[in-house]
Amino acid sequence: MSKERRRPRAMPDRGTTSLKFGALLALIAIAIAFPQVYSNPAVTNYGVFAMIYVTAATAWNIFSGNTGYISLGQAVFYGSGAYTMGIAARDWNITGDSVFLLLPLCGLVGAVIAVPFGLVALRVRRHTFIVITIAFFFIFQLMAFNFSFTGGSSGLQSPFLNWPTATYNIPFYYIALAFAAGAIAIAWLIRRSRFGLQLRAIRDDEDRARGLGVRAMRVKLSAFLISGTITAMIGAVWFYYINQVEPQSGFDPIFDLTLVLMAFLGGYGSISGPVLGALIIEPLTLWLNTQPAFSGYLSEILLGVIFLVVVMFLPRGIVPTSGELITKVRTRGRPAVIPATRIGPPAPATGPASASGPSSVSSGGGR
Amino acid sequence: MTTLLRTDGLMKAYGGVQALNGATIAVEEGTVAGLIGPNGSGKTTLFNVITGYERPDAGQVWFGDRAITNLAPDKVFAAGIGRTFQLTRIFARLTVLENMLVAAQAKDRPRNLLSWFGRDAWTHHRRHALDLLEFVGIERHAEVLAGSLSYGQRKLLELAYVLVADPAVILLDEPAGGVNPTLINHITDRIRQLNATKGTTFLLVEHNMEFVMGLCSTITVLESGKDVVSGPPDIVRTDKRVLDAYLGADLEEDPR
Repeated sequence: MSKERRRPRAMPDRGTTSLKFGALLALIAIAIAFPQVYSNPAVTNYGVFAMIYVTAATAWNIFSGNTGYISLGQAVFYGSGAYTMGIAARDWNITGDSVFLLLPLCGLVGAVIAVPFGLVALRVRRHTFIVITIAFFFIFQLMAFNFSFTGGSSGLQSPFLNWPTATYNIPFYYIALAFAAGAIAIAWLIRRSRFGLQLRAIRDDEDRARGLGVRAMRVKLSAFLISGTITAMIGAVWFYYINQVEPQSGFDPIFDLTLVLMAFLGGYGSISGPVLGALIIEPLTLWLNTQPAFSGYLSEILLGVIFLVVVMFLPRGIVPTSGELITKVRTRGRPAVIPATRIGPPAPATGPASASGPSSVSSGGGR
Repeated sequence: MTTLLRTDGLMKAYGGVQALNGATIAVEEGTVAGLIGPNGSGKTTLFNVITGYERPDAGQVWFGDRAITNLAPDKVFAAGIGRTFQLTRIFARLTVLENMLVAAQAKDRPRNLLSWFGRDAWTHHRRHALDLLEFVGIERHAEVLAGSLSYGQRKLLELAYVLVADPAVILLDEPAGGVNPTLINHITDRIRQLNATKGTTFLLVEHNMEFVMGLCSTITVLESGKDVVSGPPDIVRTDKRVLDAYLGADLEEDPR
């Protein structure tokens, strides 16, 4: 064995870390300052919806992005959270600011729904899983239509909020921003933890992971539950913001597809990808809806076109693709993948491995 | 010497195909045992049944004096049986080191919910993982995505991450399949070394007769889901039924 053992670098160097930290602080500052700078309700409305979708897309990503199980049933949680808040506020006569105290209850309902939903759906994989999540979604929409306590097809009204119209959106913006920040923080914690590693191992090869001691069902269900809880809470925020929920808006198939589109556009599986996707897609959708030329279903058709373009030309999303480009530029002239190891007793230095010494660390840099 | 791993009359049918038909094998502690047989003789099915990926229709699997029949794969692994797959199965989008850490997490289960999110407990696993990567000879690739490894390197990675949890028995499904002779020697050395220094027991399936005959102290021949012969290489290679069923011309040409 040679004396100098090359141990791989454990962490990115300090310069990169502080740069990232600085960028993060700047983003937080911008997000906090946004409604103070642009206080026009028409603009802050964009901000509220963008934050709602950042939260929902991040929640989707915590489960689907990490495990590779594409859920098209997130609206089950979104709608259930909205309905929970509406029903609880109506039946217990809660009004005004204190309605927000119901948010933990909405999250709890999401978690309770996630358990049977997950236990059934997570038994199957890939396409079958997707179909089952869609089936659950329709079951919930039908229940919302047909039960009496959900208000049937006319849905529910939220309690009246006695806030001035000019600044009405701003508290909602900060609440949604807090949820978005919380969801991103949870996604980040999960990503760097052993829990996240287990999820990603399941994504790559579930059976192999089980053979290495990963208790797959428990791990998948936990991620599904976390995702459902966050989605239910942000669904309740959305409900209180727009003041009403009907079966077809609370349990909306477009909602599910939008989340997937956001994640695919930004970069499926990364933390920043779905956030970026939500920040692009949601304001774009809102803006298109205000344009007479795109009224009605034209904006939805356009979203479908975007989806096709993304899948065809950016199949891995903006963030991973640009990450690859950056790595390519930084390691230009050097092989992207480390040359093969010499196997067996160290032979006299004839192979390419000894000639290209400095290249062996490069490919890890872009991550 | 005690029997560490034993199967008893295992039966498994897929539709009309009887993949296992009373397979009974015994692996002594501290040995390197081989399992050979023609294609479709049930070798991989036997591995799948032992490691919990398939449920047998009948029969028992014993690990020491513990019945492990029908345990889930993660439980079998936790009990101390590691395995590799015929077509190597690694986590392509995790780095080599992360691949190793997936296996490490089974070793010490998190005590509470919060420690699931912790990362400090991993530091000593990292060291262990890097040592094992060095042992198999791919430590320089620790930070590379496992999907970019060559086939031979994947075989080595798979061996390394099975070793993380320090299993008592390792089942190797065609460890020498599709790799070059130098690498076969390297793998042979590693198996011998583990067997000699740590007393790890091996059971391996392999078509490369030279490899099997050179490495294994006991060989079991499987045919149509049933064990035909079992014994030291010399006995097995001269057994008439084995020659007829499987080895035949191959071995008569072999001067050894």
